[in-house]
Amino acid sequence: MKLDKRITLLCGHYGSGKTNVAVNMALMLKKQYEKVTVADLDIVNPYFRTKDSSQIFNDAGIKLICSEFANSNVDIPALPQEMYSITDDTSHRVLIDVGGDDRGALALGRLAPAIIKENDYEMLMVINKYRPLTRNVADTLEVMGEIEFACGIKFTGLVNNSNLGEETTADDVLNSLEYANGVSKATGLALIATTFKESLNSELCEKVPMPLALTLQDKIL
Amino acid sequence: MADKVLMKGNEAIAEAAIIAGCRHYFGYPITPQTEIAAYMAKKMPKIGGVFLQAESEIAAINMVYGVAAAGKRVMTSSSSPGISLKSEGLSYLAGSDLPALVVNVQRGGPGLGGIQPSQSDYFQATRGSGHGDYHMIVLAPSSVQEMAELTVKGFELADTYRMTSMILADGTMGQMMEPVSLDLEVKPAPEKPWATVGTKLQRKHNIVNSLSLVPEELEKFNFERYERYNYIKENEAMYEEYLMDDAEYAIAAFGITSRVAKNAINEARKQGIKVGMIRPITLWPFPVAPFKKAADKVKAIISVELSMGQMIDDVKLATECKVPVTLCNRVGGMIVSPEQVLEAIKAVAENGGAK
Repeated sequence: MKLDKRITLLCGHYGSGKTNVAVNMALMLKKQYEKVTVADLDIVNPYFRTKDSSQIFNDAGIKLICSEFANSNVDIPALPQEMYSITDDTSHRVLIDVGGDDRGALALGRLAPAIIKENDYEMLMVINKYRPLTRNVADTLEVMGEIEFACGIKFTGLVNNSNLGEETTADDVLNSLEYANGVSKATGLALIATTFKESLNSELCEKVPMPLALTLQDKIL
Repeated sequence: MADKVLMKGNEAIAEAAIIAGCRHYFGYPITPQTEIAAYMAKKMPKIGGVFLQAESEIAAINMVYGVAAAGKRVMTSSSSPGISLKSEGLSYLAGSDLPALVVNVQRGGPGLGGIQPSQSDYFQATRGSGHGDYHMIVLAPSSVQEMAELTVKGFELADTYRMTSMILADGTMGQMMEPVSLDLEVKPAPEKPWATVGTKLQRKHNIVNSLSLVPEELEKFNFERYERYNYIKENEAMYEEYLMDDAEYAIAAFGITSRVAKNAINEARKQGIKVGMIRPITLWPFPVAPFKKAADKVKAIISVELSMGQMIDDVKLATECKVPVTLCNRVGGMIVSPEQVLEAIKAVAENGGAK
C-alpha cells in the first residue's frame, strides 16, 4: 500500500477496526519516513483508543498526540493544544485516527481548513460489512456522507477491513469483496487496501485486491 | 449458519429489542451504555419508532410507565447511578403490574463511582431496587449473543407476568464485540386487555394505578403478586452447569466473571482438581435447585463476583449453608483474572473444602 501524502486521515464507524488499521499503518509509515506522528482525535468513545498502543508507538519512535484524558476513565471530550502541530509542523508525516461517526468527526472540522489548504492528504474510510450500521452499500454511503458533512473534508479512498473479530475466516473476507466493490463503485473512490489478520495471509494474499495483512490485533477482552 | 454481524453488547441489546417489537425507547445517556441510546436514535426514526432522550432518568422511567400502560413493548437503559434514579419508577411499575424492559450496564460504585465494569448492583436488582414488596425478573447475559437472546426473552417474560424484566450486564459486556446471529425467535406478544387504549365507549374503562388507600385491598394485591412470584420461582429459573457431573468443588459466577472462571476451571482440571461451575442466567428467580443438588456432593463453593460479595448470600441460602462458601472478588472497576480464580480454587482444594 502506498501512503505518499503527508497527512492520512482514517475514518470509520465505531467497530470498523479503524484504530487497529491505524496502528498498523503507522508502523508501515515509520519504515518509509523518519518523523511520524499519530493523532487520536476521538472525542466520543472513552474506551479502545489509539493510546492503548502507546507503548508500541514509543518503542517504534512514533509520536502520539491524544487527549490526556484518553483511557483515564475521565469521560471528558477534550483535545490537547498539541493537535495544532498536525498542520503547523509540516516536517512530520501524520496519521489521524478520527472519531467513529459524524459526532466524532466534528472535532476534525477545526483542522479542516488548514488540511485542505495544504492539500497533501488522503482521507480514507475504513469499512466493515459485518457491522450492523454499515451492512450494505446504502447504509455505508449514509455514514460516509454524515462524516464528510461533519468534518468538511471529502473522502479520497477506501480500506475494506470487513471482519468478525477473532473468529474471522478467509471466507468472511472473500464474502465482503462484492460489498467493498459496491461502495467503491457508488462513491467513485478507489479501494486502496483489503485488510485481514496476518494468519490469513497465505490464504488471501493472492485472492483479494490490494491485500494488507495486519500484524497487530486489537486486544480481546 | 445464519448470517453473523460483529456487535458490541450494547448494540446487540438495542437491535434485539427492535426485533422483539419494541418501538419505544426512552433514556438518558450514561457511560458505559450510551451505545444503546445512540443505536436507537439512529434506528427508531427509520422504522416508525420513538427514540426520546428525556431530561433525566426519572423522566425516562415515567415515560416507560406511560407506554407500558398503553400496552406497547417499551424499554429504557442506564448504568448504575442512573438505575438508582429510576428506582422510584421501577416500584411504581411493579405496583401497577406493568411490563417493561430495563437494562443496567453496571459500572463501579457506590456514588458516581467510575466507568469500568462492576457487578455490585446485584442486591439492587434482585431485591427490588425501589420501595415496597416486589421483584423484577433479572437476566444476566455472559456473551454478546446472550445479550441479544435475553433481551427478547426479557420482553416475553415481562408481558407474560406483567413485570419489569431487567438485563443486568456490566461495562465489559456492553463494550465487548463478538459475532452475533440475529436470527432470533420472537413469540407474538400476548393480548393486553388491561391496557389503557381508549374504550371507544364500548366497555368499562381500564385503570392503571399503584395507589391503594384501603389496607385490606393493598394487602390482597401484595399476596396475589407474591403468588405469581412463587409460580415464576418454580418455572422460570435459568442456569448453565459446566463440568458439574464429577465436580468436588463448584464455582458460582454470572456474566463476565463466568467467562473468566471457565478459563480457571479448565486450568484447574489440567492440574487434577475436579471443579465445575453453576452459572445463574436468571438472578431473580435465583436457580436454587442446582445449588441445592451441589450442596450434597461438593466440598466447597467459590462465589466469583465483581462486588464485595452479594450473590454469595443467595448461594448460602440455596445451599442452606451445608458447605463452606468463599468469595473471590475484585471491585471498583477491576476484573478478576483467571490466575486469581485458579488460586482461589487451589486454596479450597488444599484444605479439602474446610474453611
